[in-house]
Amino acid sequence: MKIVVCVKRVPDSAAKIRPAADGRSIESQGVEFVISPYDEIALERAVQLREAGAATQVTVLSLGPAEASKELRKALAMGADDAVLLVDPRPQRDPSSTAEALATELRALAPDVVLCGWKAIDDDSGVVAGLLAARLDYAYASFAVKLDAEGSGLRVSREVEGREEIVQVPTPCVVTVQRGLAEPRFASLKGIMAAKKKPLVEKPAPDAADASTVVAVTPPPARAAGRILGEGAAAVPELVRVLRDELGAL
Amino acid sequence: MSGNVLVFLESDGGRLRKPAREGLGAGAALAAALGVELHAVIAAPDAAAVAAAEGGLGVAALHVVEDPALATSLAGPHCRAVKAAAAAASAAWLLFPATVLGRDVLATVAGALGAGVAADATALEVVGGEVRITRPICAGKAVQVVAAKRSPFCIGLRPNAFRAHGGGATGRTETHALPAGAAGAPAARVLEVRAPEQRSVDLTEADVIVSGGRGLKGPEHFHLVEELAAALGGVVGASRAVVDAGWRPHSEQVGQTGKTVSPKLYVACGISGAIQHLAGMNSSKCIVAVNKDAEAPIFKVADLGIVGDVFEVLPALTAAVRAAKG
Repeated sequence: MKIVVCVKRVPDSAAKIRPAADGRSIESQGVEFVISPYDEIALERAVQLREAGAATQVTVLSLGPAEASKELRKALAMGADDAVLLVDPRPQRDPSSTAEALATELRALAPDVVLCGWKAIDDDSGVVAGLLAARLDYAYASFAVKLDAEGSGLRVSREVEGREEIVQVPTPCVVTVQRGLAEPRFASLKGIMAAKKKPLVEKPAPDAADASTVVAVTPPPARAAGRILGEGAAAVPELVRVLRDELGAL
Repeated sequence: MSGNVLVFLESDGGRLRKPAREGLGAGAALAAALGVELHAVIAAPDAAAVAAAEGGLGVAALHVVEDPALATSLAGPHCRAVKAAAAAASAAWLLFPATVLGRDVLATVAGALGAGVAADATALEVVGGEVRITRPICAGKAVQVVAAKRSPFCIGLRPNAFRAHGGGATGRTETHALPAGAAGAPAARVLEVRAPEQRSVDLTEADVIVSGGRGLKGPEHFHLVEELAAALGGVVGASRAVVDAGWRPHSEQVGQTGKTVSPKLYVACGISGAIQHLAGMNSSKCIVAVNKDAEAPIFKVADLGIVGDVFEVLPALTAAVRAAKG
């Protein structure tokens, strides 16, 4: 079973985000970038499956700037076998164009299983995996919290609004993962050394038309200054009064 | 880019879900601004009964697709149903409430139609004939406005962001058969569903959320949060710290690597307010914070705060809320 894990380079969740000077993107200066946390969970599970003998090869695929080779080296250090970086000359792409570029490369890689996080934590769209499944005519399942090889496919538990659904997914397939599936490992020194020798192919990203363009990126609306109602249990009656009488929240 | 607006309506237990009503509200406003018709599609094993139970939905046409295969929460059959309805509706603008199913149907329909797509909209407007979608990014640390450049175009709607539709007459009802899946195409199949006896409201759709953090000092004290949530008619959330510590399940985590929520009332108990947590909840309408550290960042976003120990404040607050609600 050959697995491709799609990973995205994103600002760390602890990063402060400011609009860039162009007013249409976010400022990358001074921001630390990481593999999007959900993608990292997908990668961890893929490496576990290869270590258990259920997968034969784990390839990481990313679309992004040339700097994303840093995140791909980290993925290799965590245990991926090889990496492909589609170097994007464009600073932004919409989800349709992103999926088109990834689909072109996935057709060439012809994996059995495509894994990715259910969303990237910068764009927050959560649609690229579904777009890929539809374009590639692959089976699709989302929000995996358990994932195992079974027969020639996968057995996946999905978290669906408080229910757990156990799903059989044939290959080829695209599966998105949710927190809880696996705990990403820290790359060992041995892994970091080994990653330097693993293949990381960089190639220009295929061009594709955007269906939408970003017209503005702004800070979120500021919240009005709040009120400290008091200290300890003595402040509770006032809180209940404000919630009930001023805000109608009860 | 002319064409009608089509809203995907998700039902549960024979009735429309709340996000479906919000989708009708957003769809009615968009159709009016574009001067086109509002259509809706119900795709469910009991779609005709749902349509009958709901009565008028204020749409020009309601498309009903009924098939046992639609009992699944997997996207495949729903995607085929929406494609059929979109063709019948001459739809250019397809709206999908961002529930778990709605997200998947949004993405797979967009892929199948080769349509444009924007997820998690909090506002829609038409500017000079161009549809513009406002959507938070980085879990609300910034707000992006995107313009649709071609149609068809699929838009996901964040729960609790749009005013629900009040109803009105349904112009006509059209029934469509569920198109068969492509022969030989692989598809996922549900083997088993494990449901808790009492299904809780999803955090993203909840009107009231009471979240607990490290200030609770241990999982054995979370009953204080659960009791306040029950008194307020809300659901329980948690900070990343307590989920990482294994005190609470991942499904309750609020924040940039958990759920982004915008309830009417958010009560943060013993949560200091890490940047990634604040990002996930700062679009809540009213934020109440209880924390013993008056300098905690949570008070910078809170509308109302009590500086105090959660072990003292929460039981008093729970009792007072119960009394106030009678």
